[in-house]
Formats: sequence, structure tokens, C-alpha cells
Amino acid sequence: MAALLEMRGITKVFPGVRALDNVTLTVEAGEIHAICGENGAGKSTLMKVLSGIYPHGSYDGEIIYDGAVLANRSIRDSEAKGIIIIHQELALVPLLSVAENLFLGNEVAGRGVISWPETFQKTEQLLAKVGLTDSPTTKVEKLGVGKQQLIEIAKALAKNVRLLILDEPTAALQENDSQKLLDLLLELKAQGVTSIIISHKLNEINRVADRVTVIRDGASISTLDKADITEDRIIRDMVGRDMANRYPARSPDIGEVLLEVQDWNVWHPEQAGRQMIKNVALNVRRGEIVGIAGLMGTGRTELAMSLFGRSYGKNISGHVKMAGREVDCSTVSSAIAAGLSYVTEDRKSLGLVLEEPILRNITLANLEGISTRGVLDARRETQVADSYRDQLAIRTPSVFQKVVNLSGGNQQKVVLSKWLFTDPQVLILDEPTRGIDVGAKFEIYSIMNELAAGGRGVLMISSEMPELLGMCDRIYVMNEGAIVGELTRAEASQEKIMALILKGKESQTKNGGDNARKTKGRAA
Amino acid sequence: MAQDQDMSARLGAHLRENGMLMALVAIVVFFTVIVQVILGVDFLSAQNITNLFLQNSYVIIMALGMLLVIVAGHIDLSVGSVVGFTGAVAAVLTVNMGLPVYVVISLVLLVGMVIGAAQGYWIAYWRIPSFIVTLAGMLVFRGLTLWLLNGQNIGPFPKSFQSLSTGFIPDIFGVDKPNMTAMAVVILAAIVIVYIGWRARKSDITFGITPEPMAMFAMRNLIVAAALIFVGYKLATFRGLPNVVIVLSILTIMYAFFTENTVMGRRIYALGGNEKAAKLSGIKTDRLVFLTFVNMGVLAALAGMIVAARLNSATPKAGGGFELDVIAAVFIGGASMSGGVGKIIGVVVGALIMGVMNNGMSILGIGIDYQQVIKGLVLLAAVIFDVYNKNK
Repeated sequence: MAALLEMRGITKVFPGVRALDNVTLTVEAGEIHAICGENGAGKSTLMKVLSGIYPHGSYDGEIIYDGAVLANRSIRDSEAKGIIIIHQELALVPLLSVAENLFLGNEVAGRGVISWPETFQKTEQLLAKVGLTDSPTTKVEKLGVGKQQLIEIAKALAKNVRLLILDEPTAALQENDSQKLLDLLLELKAQGVTSIIISHKLNEINRVADRVTVIRDGASISTLDKADITEDRIIRDMVGRDMANRYPARSPDIGEVLLEVQDWNVWHPEQAGRQMIKNVALNVRRGEIVGIAGLMGTGRTELAMSLFGRSYGKNISGHVKMAGREVDCSTVSSAIAAGLSYVTEDRKSLGLVLEEPILRNITLANLEGISTRGVLDARRETQVADSYRDQLAIRTPSVFQKVVNLSGGNQQKVVLSKWLFTDPQVLILDEPTRGIDVGAKFEIYSIMNELAAGGRGVLMISSEMPELLGMCDRIYVMNEGAIVGELTRAEASQEKIMALILKGKESQTKNGGDNARKTKGRAA
Repeated sequence: MAQDQDMSARLGAHLRENGMLMALVAIVVFFTVIVQVILGVDFLSAQNITNLFLQNSYVIIMALGMLLVIVAGHIDLSVGSVVGFTGAVAAVLTVNMGLPVYVVISLVLLVGMVIGAAQGYWIAYWRIPSFIVTLAGMLVFRGLTLWLLNGQNIGPFPKSFQSLSTGFIPDIFGVDKPNMTAMAVVILAAIVIVYIGWRARKSDITFGITPEPMAMFAMRNLIVAAALIFVGYKLATFRGLPNVVIVLSILTIMYAFFTENTVMGRRIYALGGNEKAAKLSGIKTDRLVFLTFVNMGVLAALAGMIVAARLNSATPKAGGGFELDVIAAVFIGGASMSGGVGKIIGVVVGALIMGVMNNGMSILGIGIDYQQVIKGLVLLAAVIFDVYNKNK
């Protein structure tokens, strides 16, 4: 088989980060090629280079596609050559119909006038190809995530796709939707479409991929043929070290109960009658790191945000106690005053003022701490920011640098600094290592350990089970807004957590997929 | 690499501020030469400089408030109509009802505050877009102005009220020509400005921030101080410092301090930069938005009285189109449409650029048609310059 695509020595530098470093990727015509790597390893960046989102000239290296050098100036150029990328966050317009979405930017029209009969006819053909029977006039927002994903693929087919790139296509999908999607990929392969699939899920890779390329810290580590694909090998290449050393060692010193939540109930802010959090009770002790496990959309973020100044939800009821005393958490400022902090899962849109410098972000939640009678003290502000920069090893030439220029890990340290400056008793960390490279993850873990060692309580929400197992003294398992189990460090394992989630699932009939999609959409 | 970037970003910021200042100087020089050559008249005559301030004071005053509104991520289209309405209220209270001036001033400022609160309430707490609320306000208050004045002009105002706009500070030293008080004030102001700039530069260095190059710093301060003393001297040889200039200067200093050195000012920038993040940091964003509109209303009322005092009557058309001059001044001054960015000093320079152009073009007898075109293009050019600088 001839190579359809060869990427040679691709290097892409952002301010402060080398996102790709001399990456090589060869994709044969007609294969399904999987790309593996941790969050922040550079997979998405590589695909953005390939699809022209980062135009030719903004990176170093060479792309040979179909025997010629590829010099995309924009995503349109690459689409004209049949390279279509489907992003993790779907690019459909929810209020337009399926037909309108399929031909968006590619309308079936003569002299600017759309031919609707032809559009609908072609839409039906395309929908049939991806196995959908919905009407072309259905609004996309009415479809579930799984179907939306298939619509995206149909959209690619409408553009005569030759190389289809899917960025974590099944991340937000239910099991049976995922299966359908993978079947479709195999079918397209039989029709001669080459695919690149970015995925974390090793069972999927095993099922559909012909070859796998592993990327770590912006470099291509290895390319494995089908026969060599094993879970162990991929993990070893992805992580680059033994799993055992991914979490810093800690000897917990656990004291009395700091945070105690009882009978916590929260209702959906818009949809009346939909209860998001059901009778949650939990506690965090001094010096303890407690995890909350669960699938996406089970209400973990909603729980955290409703606790933190009722930033989410309606008709909230329940009790919050700090060190045994009932406290008022009804506004963000009273929650902060009570000793609570919430580090959001969505740094960029909820945690930082990106266009402002580091020091202003660090002091934002505690401006009283650097002012006298409402007047800011610039000297004190700089001292505070500098001391956190040193403590948390924020890598930046100065604290006057805008946070938008920092890497994910350093941005997260700025957010942590902001909350540490409010001197919290308990920190709620929501996906604290999302989108952060491996080295910085270790640093964030070390910071968490130090916080616990310093007598604070840490409540950590994470979708990465190994992370929870590696870090937490105790893990609560959440499903459909309720806590369905609690495991000690000794008891906890991936299997047990999954079993608790699934047991909860059996008794529920609600569709969790829709919730997952919504949470994701908000994060995007 | 990052160090270079930091450096170039900071230089860029300095360049922008200095660039606007240079543009102002260039525009002044341009008109001085052209007016001299074509009409044989001195553009920088004492009388014209005095006029320049009297004509533009209200734009600058409202631009101070508008900056806060825009930094918070909003817009206020109603200020022109509020100027007309508050001027009319002042006229009715003074001329028709004969209330004493200080009572009128307090009442009208209160009216402005209520207007700002009424609009800010819907914007902040009901989340109705400010564009819509203030567009409605623009229509409502223009209509109320017509209703209140019955379509007529009301005037004249007593001398004491007129002095709001056309009054001058008498010479306490008794020399009068030139007015020694005016000279003393501007020289003192020049010294203070240079001293504050020098101290800020020194503290930059002790904090390890790359300061702007010494040459640039010295040059800018020299120009600012020289211009200030020159303007002061010219004013002194005419009738002295107008009251309006004093009000204007005090307000500018207050707002510059507020935006840069206070907790509340800082929070408005954070709110404009990322409202959700600000909210999750414990900042009461709704209340801040509300207060920026209350503040805007008060400043619009002050401007309304100054305009009425200058015209010596309240007219149904007063303030028409002012909102555009004010908003243009803020954007020329470097504020960002998306909020979170903008400086008081930039806004003052932006307003002066608009003012000098208005004045210069009027003296040259350029028709109102061309004036609008040129002002529009200058606004566009200033913002393009900004965007270009940012993308570079």
C-alpha cells in the first residue's frame, strides 16, 4: 500500500510551549490509523496542523499528501483536497436542520439560490450511508450526541472525504452509539476512505485500528502494527515511565472532619422538576484528599458549583458545616469567607481573566488582602504574586505576563495560587489536571499533597480513574446526581468504581448521554 | 523568547499610548499650520484654546463614565438624550421655578443618578442587553425633553448657573494679565505629573518590570509638561482658567486613580475581561454593572448642565448625537469593544483628538458633511491601528 499521508519533522511552537517537536506520522491509503497520547500530548495540535487550522508556514516540517507537498492556507484548502476533520466539540448549528447543516458552506445551489429538492434528496442519500433515518428537516438540537456525531460524518461524506480525521469521537457517546460509529468507520474503510482516529480507549483501538502512533509530550514515540498492539505497550509509550511513579508519594495525616455536607439537593436552573443532585452527603477531613468518581454528566461539577456560593442550580437545600459549625455558602463571597475554594474544570472560561497579567489573576479573589480601605497596594500585590510564583514554580519571565500566553499547567498553577491566596480550609478541585501535560500533572499532584500535608482538605473531581486511585484517601462514586458508593484507598479499584456506577445505572432509566453532551458543550 | 515577548508587549503598550499622544500633537500642529497659511489666523490663540475646552468639556466628562461602562462590557447610547433631558430639568427648576443654583445642581445630579439606576437595573439584574435598554432610553429621554420643554427653548439662566460653563477662576494674586493663579496651577500640575511618572518608572524598575526606554520617557514628559504650560500661559493671557477645566481635571484625576488603584476599579476590569471568572471569584458583578450605569447617569447630568449653561438655554435638541462623540472618544482612546481594556488617560487624549478636529475643521469652514466623514475615518483608523498592533 502506498502512503496517503506523510508528516515529517513537524514542529509547532506556541508562546511558552513547544506543542509539537519533530513529529513524524505516516498513514497508508485505506487504513484506519489511531493516534494515542495523554491529554496535552499534542494530538489535537497535530491534527490542526494537518487540517490547515494552523496554516502552512506557522509550523516547521513537511506534509506530503497524495504524493505532493501540502501547503494549506486554511481549513478550506484542506477540505478541497478531501481532508476533513471532525472535532471533539461538534461544529453543528443546533437551530438549523440536518440538511442545512450537512451542506453548510457547501450548499447545493445555482447562482447563490439554494435548490431545496436536490438538497433534501442528497441529504437522504447521505443519511442512509451513515445509517440514519431521520428527516432532513429535523433540527440538529433535537438529535442525541450519537446521531450528531454521525451527521458530522455524513457532512464529511458530502465533501468527498478521502482522509477523515476524528478527534475523540466516542468520548461523549454511550456504549451502543460508540459501537455504531466504529462499525461505520469500518464500512467507510471498505469503501476506500482513510481515517485517523484520536482515541483514549484502547478497546476501540484494538477493534478498528490497523496501526497506532503514540505521541508523548509533543513527540512521536512509536508506530505499532496491528500485531504489536497491546495495552501494556501503548500505556508504556504514552506515559514514558512506570505507572507507579506517576503519583508523588505521600503519608497521609488525617485529622477531624473539616467539611461536612448533608441532605444536599439541587434542581436544574431551567428545567423545572429535574433534580440534578439528590440527597448528597459527604465529608472531607483535615489532611485528607477525597475523590469523586463518576461518568461525565453525573452532576459532579453541578454539586461542586452549587456548594460554592450556589453558582449552579435552583431550589438548593441542605446543610454545609465547616469544622462542625454550620456555615453560610449562599454567595461566592460567603463561601470564600467560610473557607471554601472551587478550582473550576474550565480554566479558560471560568477560572482566569486571560487578557490580564498573572498577578491580577492571582489576587482577584482576595483584593482585600492587598489593599487598605479599598486602595490597592501595588507593591504588596507584586510580592504576593512573586511568592506564589516561587512556591508553585509557575514558569514565566515575570508575573506581569498575560496568562493567555502560559501553558495549561502554568495556567492551572495561577488558578491554584488565586485560591490559595484566599487561605481556604477546603479546596474543591474539578478536573485539576485536564489538558495538562504529564510533567505538569506530577507538579499539580505534588501541590495537592502539600496542601493536604498543610492541614487543608482536598475534594477532587476527576474523570481519570487512575488519577483518583493514585491520589485519593477515599473515593465517593456518583451517578445520576446521587452518591452511590464510598471506597477507601485500600478497597478502591477501577473495577469496583465501574461496578458501582453500573449498579446505579440499572436502577435508572434516564439517558445520561444527553447530559454528558451538555456538560461538554458548556466546557467548550 | 518569552522575555522578548514580554518586552515587546510592554513596548507595544507604551507605543500605543505615546502613539495617540503623538497623533494629538500632530493634529494640533497640522491645524496650526493650515489655519495660519489659509486664513492667517492663530489656531493656538488664547481665545481658541479657551473655546476648545469649553466646547469639549462635556464630551470628556461623559467619556470618563463611558470608559467604565465599556470596560465592563456594555454600552450606553442614551447619554445624548440624558444631556438634553437633564438640561431641560435644570432650566425648568431654575428659570420657571426659581430655585437656587446649588439646589438645582444637586437635584439634577440626583435625576441623572435615578436615570442611570433605572437603566442599569434592567441591564444588571434582568440581563437585558445594554444596547437595547439604552437605545430605548435614548428615545424615551429625547421624548421627555420635548415634552418638558414643550418644544420651546427655556432660558436664560442666571449668571451663577452660567458660570458652570463660562465662569473663570479669578486671579488670587491680583495680576490678572497674565492670570498668575492659572500659571501657578499649571506649573504645579506639570511638576506633579512629571514627578508621578518618574516615581512610577522607578517602582517599575524595583519590581523588575522592563520600563519604557529613558529617551521615550523623557521625551513624552517634556512634551506633556511643555504643552501644559503653554496652554496654561495662553489661558492666563485671556481670561484665566475656566471653571470647567478645573472640574474636568479633578474628575480625570479621580477616575484615573479609581480605575488603577482601587479594589472596585480593578473589579470592573476583571468583570469586563471575564464575567464568569469574576463572579466565581466572589465579585458581585451585577451590582458593579448597575453602579457603572448609575455613575454614567450622574456624569451625563453634569454634562447636561454644562451644555445648558454654555448655550444659556435648554433646547429640545441639546445633546443630540453626543453619545456618538463620547463612544468614539473612548474607542479612539484604546478601549476594547469586548470589555476589560481601556485607560482614563487614553480616553482623555481620544476626546481631545475629536475635539481639536471638530474645532479645527469648523474654523477652516469645512462643511458638516466632510467633517462627519473625516471623524468617522479617524475613528476607524485608530481602531485599525490597535488591532494591527495587537496582531503583529
